[in-house]
Amino acid sequence: MSILVAIITLTVISTIFGVLLGYTSVKFHVEGDPIVDKIDALLPQTQCGQCTYPGCRPYAEAITSGEAGINQCPPGGEATMLALSDLLGIEPVALDEEHADEPQKTVVYIDEQICIGCTLCIQACPVDAILGAAKQMHTIIENECTGCDLCIPPCPVDCIHIKTVKPEQDTWRWSLPASTETAPKA
Amino acid sequence: MTEYALILISTIWVNNFVLVKFLGLCPFMGVSRKLETAIGMALATTFVLTLSSICSYLVNQYILVPLDIIYLRTIMFILVIAVVVQFTEMVVHKTSPVLYNVLGIFLPLITTNCAVLGVALLNTQEGHGFLQSVFYGFGAAVGFSMVLILFSGIRERIAAADVPEVFQGTAIAMITAGIMSLAFMGFIGLVN
Amino acid sequence: MTRSSQQLWHFHGGLKLDSNKAMSTRTPIIKASLPERLVLPVQQHIGEAGQLLVKVGDKVLKGQAVTESSEYISAPVHAPTSGTVVEIGEFPTPHPSGLNTLCIVIESDGEDEWIELKPTLYPNTKSPSELRQLIRQAGIVGLGGAAFPTSVKVNPGPKAHIETLIINGVECEPYISCDDMLMREYAEELISGCSIIQYIVSATHCLIAIEDNKPEAIQAIKTVIKEKALHTIEVVCIPTLYPTGGEKQLIKVLTHKEVPSDGFPSDIGLLVQNVGTAVAVHKAIVLGEPLISRIVTITGNGVQQPQNIEVLIGTLISELIKQSGGYHEDASKLIMGGPMMGFTLQTDHLPVIKGSNCILVENTQAEAPATMPCIRCSACATVCPAQLLPQQLYWMASSKKFDLIQDYHLFDCIECGCCAQVCPSQIPLVQYYRFAKTEIWNQERDKIKSDHARVRHDFRQARLDKEKKERAEKLRKKKELLEKKKMAETAAKKEDTETEIDPKKSAIEAAMKRVQKKKEAKLASDENVNEK
Repeated sequence: MSILVAIITLTVISTIFGVLLGYTSVKFHVEGDPIVDKIDALLPQTQCGQCTYPGCRPYAEAITSGEAGINQCPPGGEATMLALSDLLGIEPVALDEEHADEPQKTVVYIDEQICIGCTLCIQACPVDAILGAAKQMHTIIENECTGCDLCIPPCPVDCIHIKTVKPEQDTWRWSLPASTETAPKA
Repeated sequence: MTEYALILISTIWVNNFVLVKFLGLCPFMGVSRKLETAIGMALATTFVLTLSSICSYLVNQYILVPLDIIYLRTIMFILVIAVVVQFTEMVVHKTSPVLYNVLGIFLPLITTNCAVLGVALLNTQEGHGFLQSVFYGFGAAVGFSMVLILFSGIRERIAAADVPEVFQGTAIAMITAGIMSLAFMGFIGLVN
Repeated sequence: MTRSSQQLWHFHGGLKLDSNKAMSTRTPIIKASLPERLVLPVQQHIGEAGQLLVKVGDKVLKGQAVTESSEYISAPVHAPTSGTVVEIGEFPTPHPSGLNTLCIVIESDGEDEWIELKPTLYPNTKSPSELRQLIRQAGIVGLGGAAFPTSVKVNPGPKAHIETLIINGVECEPYISCDDMLMREYAEELISGCSIIQYIVSATHCLIAIEDNKPEAIQAIKTVIKEKALHTIEVVCIPTLYPTGGEKQLIKVLTHKEVPSDGFPSDIGLLVQNVGTAVAVHKAIVLGEPLISRIVTITGNGVQQPQNIEVLIGTLISELIKQSGGYHEDASKLIMGGPMMGFTLQTDHLPVIKGSNCILVENTQAEAPATMPCIRCSACATVCPAQLLPQQLYWMASSKKFDLIQDYHLFDCIECGCCAQVCPSQIPLVQYYRFAKTEIWNQERDKIKSDHARVRHDFRQARLDKEKKERAEKLRKKKELLEKKKMAETAAKKEDTETEIDPKKSAIEAAMKRVQKKKEAKLASDENVNEK
């Protein structure tokens, strides 16, 4: 008898709870995932696709779903990785070895003597930083260029070249003092 | 009144859930890396612990005891706590995005927190009345919050310090927790 | 009138340092000889650089503006002497980075011919905003070292009410004595400048703060005040303690008020100006001369004749060293600014700029002692004049916790160097803070840039989507049209079949008929031929 009581009580209560939860999940359904926006905000927005995802937002979505690691963004370098690890509360992961160095800021420029005005690079540019029209010479708006280099492969005459952004007094940074200090070794 | 004050003091200091009773250690180690998240976790735990001790008291008193099935306590409490937490999470998510930002991701985590079940079970074990149960749950939560926030503050500083290589990471956190626990054991002296 | 009862307070921490000022105050200020070549950086101030007004080959007169700017926080640059612009290009300037920046090179013609000056002998006849405009046109920036445009500083806004003008003659850093000498020799001009600034900001009184290790300067200024019987200007002698010359520290000492962490002195009714700036304001208004020269201390154990020189902006440092008897053989290090807050220069082929107050030549050969681990003695926190926790800042900077470090008010650090000075482990603390500051600024710049890129990317995406949709719409419409046509055709066909006139069949028939006719015609003609 008592076992019946137990079974019945448990069943009844579970059913009530189940219905309640089911109802709330429909009634209080929320669209969108705010965490993707947060991750996207931390990414450098070069849209370069070096993370193997087509752009920064897709990469943010991939991180959210657990599909991608937080160390796949070469333009962001260590700073972005650390920011992501902070946001998501996961342990920092070492960057891939080839991207371990601080990323150097680059932009591209078009050798205007060679450009044939094919517009292929314009179609490749994710941020509309290339100005030009068919059979007209093209040029890069340097301030808008994110240095993603996506315009280089489509160019049929190889007239797009990379140049590093020269440091200026305003944007120059102090370096971390070379620490002769050694953590006490065990 | 003194009775409730004593319950609070006891749960916060003398019988601190984390450092003396060793309950709720997973979030204690897991969510204490950053002060901000620790505060969020602390708030969420306070909320859930208080709420769950109320619910489990009610379930125990008005369902389990009358039907004479108190042996179902554990399973029933888990069920109740899980449902309450899930329910609040969904409601908060919809109604107050700001509060959800603070508590949101921690609420589901706490569902499986042993401190929550521990409080509910201890309440019945010690035969607490309704108000006593509420105070016991709340006190436990405040104790948990305090220790968690203190610990995360320490860990934030440790993260920036030059810890010997072998002790880096979790090892130094464990040592710190141990020392904190020793310190809290000292409050047992309050009883005499 | 001097209130001898002027009560003074203390700021937290601070250090008593060996002043080493006497070596450069033995001789009066000398005027540097006219250099042949002047290198004028376009940007010598905080804010926006101006646009060039001259091109290579232009003749310029002394005091002629060579840049101008429409930005609010900016200051023009003027030709320090008459001559020809021979080059405009990137040259190294005194900056910790050692990087080049845009400069105008002027070759002197030896005439030193002034542009027509417009003096305002009675400043009180002009409105404060007119005077501010004159200060702006004269290119005056704070001469204490920060080089913030003065015209902006003396315009605290309509809401702020400036009660007290504080003139900073503290000059607390060791070795530097240019302000000391300036006060001794230009006391009258200084007082005139003070009155003008006081008039501009309508401050009820003015305090000139001078450290007690400069008795000559105090005496000189007191004499002038007495002569002119000025009741609102007062000299305050304050105890020597580094870094009393810091704006916030000086305010604390004089008024016991604290400037809010993210605020300005004007928020609490105060304005602080350097003595050099006050003299520059006098020159700009009363004489009409723009800021084209300043007093620079050439000092240190590595130079033959330490002294103060009044030099034209743009004169090369090497030239000043030459005029100070040259280097000692054991000179080892060239520092711009003082030993505490200055930075090392890699070469002496750099021009003096508006913010250069001192060239320090050191002769220490011994290598700096090696850095040792932090022992958490907290000596740094004891001396920190900004009441920060230098040790915490150090840990966070070295582990790159840039979020956290701002919670510990990194940006209230004035980089005075007290903490590094007292550190028993010789940790170069200030360098860590400078590193963290520039890193944070860089991150902010990157953030702005990436936000901008995101907007552009999203816009492009939206545009592409729109185009795609439009194309699809067009295609659909075309298809619809085609279908309609087809429908109409098939409908017509149906009608045709109903009337049993198959157009194809009839066409074939018509063609066959034509062929038949042709054949008949041919046949007939053939027959005709045969008949013939």
